Amino acid sequence: MKELVVISGKGGTGKTSITAAFAVLAENPVVADCDVDAADLHLVLAPQIKERHEFRSGHEAVIRQDACSSCSKCITLCRFEAIKKGGMVDGKETYYVDPLSCEGCGVCARFCPDQAIDFNETVCGEWMVSETRCGPMVHARLGIAAENSGKLVSTVRKEARRIAEEQKSSLIIVDGPPGIGCPVIASLSGATFVLVVTEPTVSGEHDLERVLSLTNHFKIPAAICVNKWDLNPEMTERIEEMAMKAGAQVAGRIRYDRMVTKAQIEEKTAVEKESAAGEDMAQLWLSVKRMANI
Amino acid sequence: MILAIASGKGGTGKTTVSVNLARSLDSNVRLLDCDVEEPNCRLFLKGEKESEEIITMPVPQVDEALCDGCGECGRFCEYHAIVSFGKEPLFFAEMCHGCGGCAMVCPHKAITETGRRIGVVATIKSGNISLIEGKLDVGIAMAPPLIRAVKARLNSDTVSILDAPPGTSCPVISTIRGADFVLLVTEPTPFGLHDLKLAVKTVMELAMPFGVVINRMGSGDDRVNRYCRAENIPVFLEIPDDRRIAEAYSRGVLMVDALPEYRETFRKLMEKIEGFAAPSCGKEK
Repeated sequence: MKELVVISGKGGTGKTSITAAFAVLAENPVVADCDVDAADLHLVLAPQIKERHEFRSGHEAVIRQDACSSCSKCITLCRFEAIKKGGMVDGKETYYVDPLSCEGCGVCARFCPDQAIDFNETVCGEWMVSETRCGPMVHARLGIAAENSGKLVSTVRKEARRIAEEQKSSLIIVDGPPGIGCPVIASLSGATFVLVVTEPTVSGEHDLERVLSLTNHFKIPAAICVNKWDLNPEMTERIEEMAMKAGAQVAGRIRYDRMVTKAQIEEKTAVEKESAAGEDMAQLWLSVKRMANI
Repeated sequence: MILAIASGKGGTGKTTVSVNLARSLDSNVRLLDCDVEEPNCRLFLKGEKESEEIITMPVPQVDEALCDGCGECGRFCEYHAIVSFGKEPLFFAEMCHGCGGCAMVCPHKAITETGRRIGVVATIKSGNISLIEGKLDVGIAMAPPLIRAVKARLNSDTVSILDAPPGTSCPVISTIRGADFVLLVTEPTPFGLHDLKLAVKTVMELAMPFGVVINRMGSGDDRVNRYCRAENIPVFLEIPDDRRIAEAYSRGVLMVDALPEYRETFRKLMEKIEGFAAPSCGKEK
């Protein structure tokens, strides 16, 4: 089974539009949206949700006011500044845990001399299994300001692999998150092939360089593609040269085409409309297939 | 005044707004690049690096001579960053949040803490802007400790602009908390609107005042404007979808240098924000 992960480093370079086009072009794929804190793939693939699952992960500390003796030890111990003063109540200083800052380490609960801190399991989002016009799709929604995006990414990928095995599909296409941190690392580990989508700008160039150090760090074969390349042909060449030096292949270029947004408005991919970008994406898919041995 | 620029969706123009707004002000301003995974502000600001500091986070170090393999550390660690199979524990640095719990629960005092490098914070002076840039080392998963290190360099005397990472999870929260106002930058497309709604939920959860900038007006439709009108969300600025802006950006040239007429536009944006934001009392950061 092959797992193709599409990432970008810089956000907004066209990852999701290209992933959606690949999902349409591929034969019998399973699609996974791993950009769990700003998932957009469903806006073009229009999934029919079949299953919903709560994503429970980690714990959150809560101070029981009646048991608290206001010793303030928790404030000293917490490394995340998550314990806040709640003001005086009946002549006693009160404390509470700010759930948005709490990282769920459990130190305060363990060392509270009054055992006044509960440590409850939290629901940090949900993940779904759906059916689309391209095949099954696994996607998720991280709770607002929730922790554990990396774990949710791993959950989505695991489920996609299970479905692929069950349905004898030999390809998983993953829409990855931007950046190079926790959720990106969780999207990459153990993947077969990475396509990095970039743009011909100084930011695109800078961020690509960092993302390729990351794929090299994890020893995952990578190819790149410059989206909207004709906005700056010189920069495109510079980027492609840099990528090859970093050990990546160049899989293709996509022209700047307003049809991509028009297609998005109609909940379609560029390859389902007659468009220059659609043609380029179809070409790109052929080279990625060849490079990744799909 | 601490102003955070955030977005939900990536690539909508957070950095463009941050650097151009900072450059357009007459006063000295601190610009904090909190998108530590992919910091880009520096690419648009030429200037001298004044200092650079290596940032570390505390991680455990086990003294073999004192450890008897009891496994208490592994049972305590919520992140499975330290595990013990009846002998000296194994440590997985990339999972560690640096809470210090393992060192505290170890009954034999076999665990001490040591600093692990996660990135650097550099200060760059460029005209009226002091840029504080956080840069996460490649392969490091945890951005929030580095973002906290960047924000420790906030200065209450000057206007501070925080360029946030995309998304709505912990790195974004770490960045925008404590700011006086959040400016959400979006684009007039289905993806832009969808992620704007998530960003709005996030700032409402934090009970922070906010407004919207719509970038690349004309590239999509009017769904973002309709949403903002229906929800009573102020739209402070619309930046047209102009190839000249895109080309300047692609070369690393500031929009206000390539198209000086925008200097006034950004100054007015700041005035509108100041009219809305609560003044900073130097409280919670």
